[in-house]
This record gives sequence, structure tokens and C-alpha cells, in this order.
Amino acid sequence: MQESTNKPEIAVADPMVPALYRVDSYIKESYDTFTIGLRPSGQENDRATDWAQHHSQPGQFNMLYVFGKGEVPISISAGASGSRLLTHTTRDVGSVTKAMFALKVGDTIGVRGPFGNNWPLESAKGKDVVLVAGGIGLAPLRPVILEILARRAEFGRVILLYGARSPRDIIFKEDLKKWKGQPGVIVYITVDRGSSAWHGSVGVVTRLITQVRFDPENTVAMICGPEIMMHFTVEALKQRGMKGDDIYVSMERNMKCAVGFCGHCQFGPHFICKDGPVFTYDSLSSLFKIPEI
Amino acid sequence: MQIIERTNLDYLLGALKASEYDIFGPIARDGAILYDRIEQVADMPIGLQDIQEKGAYRLVRREDPTVFAYAAGPQSWKKFLHPPEYLLWKSQRTEKGFELIKNGEDGPKKKKLAFIGVRACELHAILIQDKVFLEGQSVDALYKSVRDETFIVAVNCTHPGGTCFCSSMGTGPEAKDSFDISLTEIFQYGRHYFIAEAGSAKGEEILNKIPGKQASESEIEARDEVLERSAEKMGRQLDTTNIKELLYANTGNSRWDEVADRCLSCGNCTMVCPTCFCSTVEDKTDITGMHAERWSKQDSCFTLDFSYIHSGSVRSSVSARYRQWMTHKLATWIDQFGTSGCVGCGRCITWCPVGIDITEELAAIRENQTELK
Amino acid sequence: MEYLELTLAKHPFFQGLPEKYIKHIAGMAIILKFDSDHILFKAGDDADKFYLVIKGKVSIETNAPPKGSITIQTVEDGEILGWSWIVAPYKYRFGAKTLVKSEIIVIDGFELRAECKKDHWLGYELMTRMVVAVAARLEQTRLLALDVYGQKRR
Repeated sequence: MQESTNKPEIAVADPMVPALYRVDSYIKESYDTFTIGLRPSGQENDRATDWAQHHSQPGQFNMLYVFGKGEVPISISAGASGSRLLTHTTRDVGSVTKAMFALKVGDTIGVRGPFGNNWPLESAKGKDVVLVAGGIGLAPLRPVILEILARRAEFGRVILLYGARSPRDIIFKEDLKKWKGQPGVIVYITVDRGSSAWHGSVGVVTRLITQVRFDPENTVAMICGPEIMMHFTVEALKQRGMKGDDIYVSMERNMKCAVGFCGHCQFGPHFICKDGPVFTYDSLSSLFKIPEI
Repeated sequence: MQIIERTNLDYLLGALKASEYDIFGPIARDGAILYDRIEQVADMPIGLQDIQEKGAYRLVRREDPTVFAYAAGPQSWKKFLHPPEYLLWKSQRTEKGFELIKNGEDGPKKKKLAFIGVRACELHAILIQDKVFLEGQSVDALYKSVRDETFIVAVNCTHPGGTCFCSSMGTGPEAKDSFDISLTEIFQYGRHYFIAEAGSAKGEEILNKIPGKQASESEIEARDEVLERSAEKMGRQLDTTNIKELLYANTGNSRWDEVADRCLSCGNCTMVCPTCFCSTVEDKTDITGMHAERWSKQDSCFTLDFSYIHSGSVRSSVSARYRQWMTHKLATWIDQFGTSGCVGCGRCITWCPVGIDITEELAAIRENQTELK
Repeated sequence: MEYLELTLAKHPFFQGLPEKYIKHIAGMAIILKFDSDHILFKAGDDADKFYLVIKGKVSIETNAPPKGSITIQTVEDGEILGWSWIVAPYKYRFGAKTLVKSEIIVIDGFELRAECKKDHWLGYELMTRMVVAVAARLEQTRLLALDVYGQKRR
């Protein structure tokens, strides 16, 4: 079994029943991606101490329920350091997210969570941090960056490598600009296919790894994106001398209950919902070699 | 240990009823022995025995009026502890959005169920499911509401079936603990009685209400003998030596493709298996769109949809799905919950429409294994 | 000459190449600094130069009506710009344009090719390195073709 990444000690009461939240803010990030900021329904002021925002750590996710449509697991895209609201960013790719895409400020949404474990911020203290994000994978990594910037002195250099499908798929454009300007922060963006207005890199995000300087012995890497992109990224990082123990990935599988009862999210012996979604590469390396596991 | 004469067995049910238990036990219906409500001993499958083989099950009439001379039927106690479908919660639209409707008081109502005839393998299966639903990070509220007050009358198997292999799994034929009362049926030399043992204070209390003397040495000997013989009458066996390492190293074994040629991925095995716990959630609305309900439904890893993400299923081949079920049951379960997921009840062998035998498959993989590193 | 040799030796493509060859290649090379939007070559031009990017970004592009000119891939720090100089018929198959100010080593492809024909050790060595670079580019291109971030609609 893998050694555990940081896991906050919060007991989830009545795990299958959602709490009701309201959409407090809605931002369109791109043509199909949006960010919603939530606060508990009926909370007139900020004094709510018990709600999910205060407990959601970077890397964790909540099950968001749209009335009559269903639930989807969405990672938080801002922790307590990033927003006073419970924040999630997602793409319109299915019936539930399509309904979520159509939500307006003031609408009610069900929230269960937070679930899962978190990105290893504690292990990264004093080290350089390499973050590799593919597509919507930037959303679960965003709280890491926000947290690091909020406690900047505790971490070394920060390198963000972000690959998007095309320039119009790039999300968090304002944040990216802001982060580029921060001391000791490098942000490289690449797209799979360019456009006439695009003068940046075109190519796979893994190739950016050869372009950045970092000390593989004193770095923690966190990767989030399509599984195959994560594979190749790990390869490239290992070629640079990083150990599989210092590389963390965020896994995804079919999820129904998020509390280890329904059995859907199993990946070998791991329940992605409670043993993950964050794992060190080493703890999963034998599983990655097996097709259809 | 106490003797309960066959003629006094109804006192057991009476005592349970007086303590406000709803009693569930074996009945014969639709050509099989199933579990349902019972009121008296006469409701049980008296004088019946089962013949089980791979893909085959039938009931035959015995010459004697034994009460428990059969092994496991297609149902198991998860039918009551973790029902195949139940309502999780309801909600309805309001002016401002929607709200959840509480079902009476907070949480599901507590129930008092008594199970008569729980076999050792089934007892282990219940303990295994306890680990999933009560001892993990989260507690299943419905499971707990039923399980907390469950009264278990275990029955030690005297007539193991053709597909049984509890001896191999260390889960029977004798129930050693975790029951309230255990019964061993003795039908010998013109006498018909049960040797009862209390396994808890609750069990002791109920036993005290049933007339019967203490078991003599020879009666206890008869019990030991019967159980010893049972252990030797297993229809199947499964070698569990290094089973986890074996299955972990053989994910690429050609046997998976071979069994996939026969497997219909119908999921029968997962339905009859007493430890299989996978479920899904279903969201429904009524025709007005004003009311919504969320239901928990039994699910099976054999369905194509089970592992669906994005634009496809991770386990799209039947080979991968069979491998998932068997590897989970016999190997990864150990890493997840500390015990095997299999209790050797043989149901999956009996109820597979094409007669796939898990003991045969494991033996084939063992025989033709990939080099263990 | 010193700076050119040092820079050549440091470039990932030539890493580990014996000094005498570095010196020899330096004799047919030059380091150029380009402004952004500088066209290095057009598709169909004679491939008489071997470009190695020290620092900068070059867009490999093609004209695809009706979209116009699109970037297929960018070539960046430490990478090489194509292999048409050593693959017959020695004509550039795509165009190349700098996207930002770039510092590039430009080697006389014609001369280098002749040298490889004469000195088979060098020829084999360069071919090996080319294959590695082409393989990496192919792998990247395959990943791009998978369109991993594509629309995930059911």
C-alpha cells in the first residue's frame, strides 16, 4: 500500500446527503469552462465556521449535485488562501456539467465533501515546486499555486508548465499573467494547436520540461491532466533525475459515492475517492503498466 | 452448550418475537431456498436438501425431517443489511432553489431483525461487509441502523454442498464467534435435537427462555464428529497460498482471455455473492420536474458502464472485467480490508449460467503462472 | 571562434562530440541573432542550412487554406530545426519563422553533408543523433495526434 499523502482530519457526517449551497459567483473561463464560487445556503454572513470551504484542501474534491440531474466529482480550484467562497472549475462535458454550466448566481446546488487527500504542500516546503498541468488539470493545481504565493517564503522556485488544446482553451488567463510576474515563479504555456494570433509555444507540454532548470534532488512535482499526458510527463521528469517518490499525480476514475462504498473508483487496490486522488508515482507505477486495470 | 429438542425449536422464534424482533430465515420457493420473513419453524424448508454443481441447483426431498440439511442458496443476508435498492433522500424545488426533504427523524429508522440459519460462511461475509460499511472512513447510515440490532442465529453446516469450499477459506463449516446463538442439528439414532451455544449476552438471554438441559459429553462429541465430517465433505477446494502475489503477478495471464470467451458478463456472480457490495446512485425526477429522488442501487463491476470515464470505459473488455472481479475478490480485498473477500460459499459457481468455477480458474492460473519475480 | 566552439559543444545536439569535430563544424558555422518575425526559410526552399536554436522560439509552419499560415510546432531552446539538410531531396518541407528574438547556430548543411560522406565516423555519429531527435519529435507529434484534451462528450 502507498504511504499516505497529507490527509486532513475531518469526519464527514452523513456522507450521502448533500448540504445546500448557493452560487455566489460565476465566471466564464473559456467557451466551455466555468468557475463557480459557492457559499452555504441561508448563510447571511461570513461567520459560518463549519462549511466545506474552510476544510477543503488543495487536491480535494466535492460532489456537486444539480437538482434532478445528478452529481459529479469536481476538485476545488481555490482553497482558503484563494477565496472566501467554495470554488470549483469545470468543463461542460456531460449532462450534469451542462446543467451546471447553465447555473446563475443565486441558484441552489448540493455539496457533499470535501473528499480525498490533498497535494503534498507540506512535503514541498523548502523545495522547488514543478507543476505540470494539462487542460482542465490546471484547475486542481490552482489552489496549490495560490497557497504557495500566500506563504511564498516557505517554498523555493515555482515552475508552472501548462498545456492547453488551443489558445481559446486557455483558462485562468488573468491568474497566469499575475503569476508570471511573481518573484521566483516561471510560467510556460504551450498549446497543441496554434492559431494565427498565437505567438507562444506549440507542442506537447512534456517538451517544456527540458527547457526549465531545477534541482531534481530538491524538487517536488505535481502533475494533473489526462492520464496519458501524466505518464509522459513522469517519464520526462524521471529522465531529469527525479525520483518517483517526489512526483505526485492526481488520478481519476468513475465515482458514484466518494466515500468508499460503491466500489466504482477502484484502481488496483486503491479507492481513488479515499486513498487518492493524489498519489506518489511510485505507489502506482506497477499499476500503470497494466492495460484496462 | 444447551440441548434444544426439535419439538422445542419454536420456543426460539417465540422468544425472539417476544423481544420484538422481525424474524427472517430460510424458506423454499421458486425451486430454491431463499431468505424471507418466517413466523414458525414449519415455514422453513423441512426435509429438503440442495444438489449444487457448476451452473446447476435443484432441491430434493430427504427421507428425514431435518431442518437445515442444505447449504447456501442464491440469496444472502446482504438482502436485508444492504438492500439492492433503497431511497437515500428526496428533494423538491422551491421558489429560491430546492430543498431536501427529511424522512421523518434524522437518519433511517432503527430496525430489529433476527436472522435464523446464518451459515459460518455467511457470518464471515457479514463481518466482511461490516468492515466496508462500518469500519472505514465513513459509516453507511442505513447499514448501521439495521446491523446494530441484528440478532444472529448461526447454523453449523452438516450438509455442505457440491460447490462449497469454506474449509479452504478458513470460514467454516463451524461458526466460531460473532453470533448470538449457534445451532448444530443432530439427527441420529432416532433423536432429533440441536446443540445450542450462546455467543453473546443477548444470545444467553434468549437461550435462557428456551427449555432444555445442558449438553452431555456424548452429545458434544456427536456435534464435534458431525462438524469434522462436514469439513471433509466440501465439494471444492481453493489453494490460498500466496494468492495475493500470484494474482498481482498474473494480470497478463492468457487465462483471463480464455475465461472471457465463456463469461457472459451477466453479473450473476456479483448478485449472489454475499460480500459483493458495489452500488450505484440513480437520480430520478417526477414528471413535473418538481420532485427529485436519489436512490442507491446494486451494481456490478461486470457492466460496461461501471468503469466509464470521459469517452470510454477503462475496462471495456470482458477479460478485464472478469480479472477485476476475481482479483478484487481474492487479492486486492486483502490489501483493502485485511481479509479475503471470498468466503467459499460456492454461490458464484452454482449460479453462473455457463458454469465458470472460481476455484478452477484460480487453479489454472496457478498452474500456468507468469514467472513470479 | 572560442565562443562559437563553446556554444556548439554546449548545445544538447552536439553534447559529447569529440573536440576535433566540434572545431571542424565550427569552421562551417556561425551564430546569428534574429529579430522576431524573421522568416528563416519557406517550404520548398533548398535545405542548405542546419539550424540549432540556442535561445528563442521558432515556429514551424505551413500554409493551409482557408486557415492560412498555421504553426505546427515551435522549436525552442536547445532543439534542432528540422532534418531536411540530411534527407534527400534536401528541400525544406515546411516554413520557419522566429516568434521572438532568437539566437541560433547556423551550420552550412551542404558542407556538413559532404563531410559526413567523407568521414563515416562523423556521418554515423550525426545520423544517430538525428534519429534520436527525430524520434523525440515523432513521439511528441503522436501525443499531439491523440488530442488528449479533446472534447469529452459522451
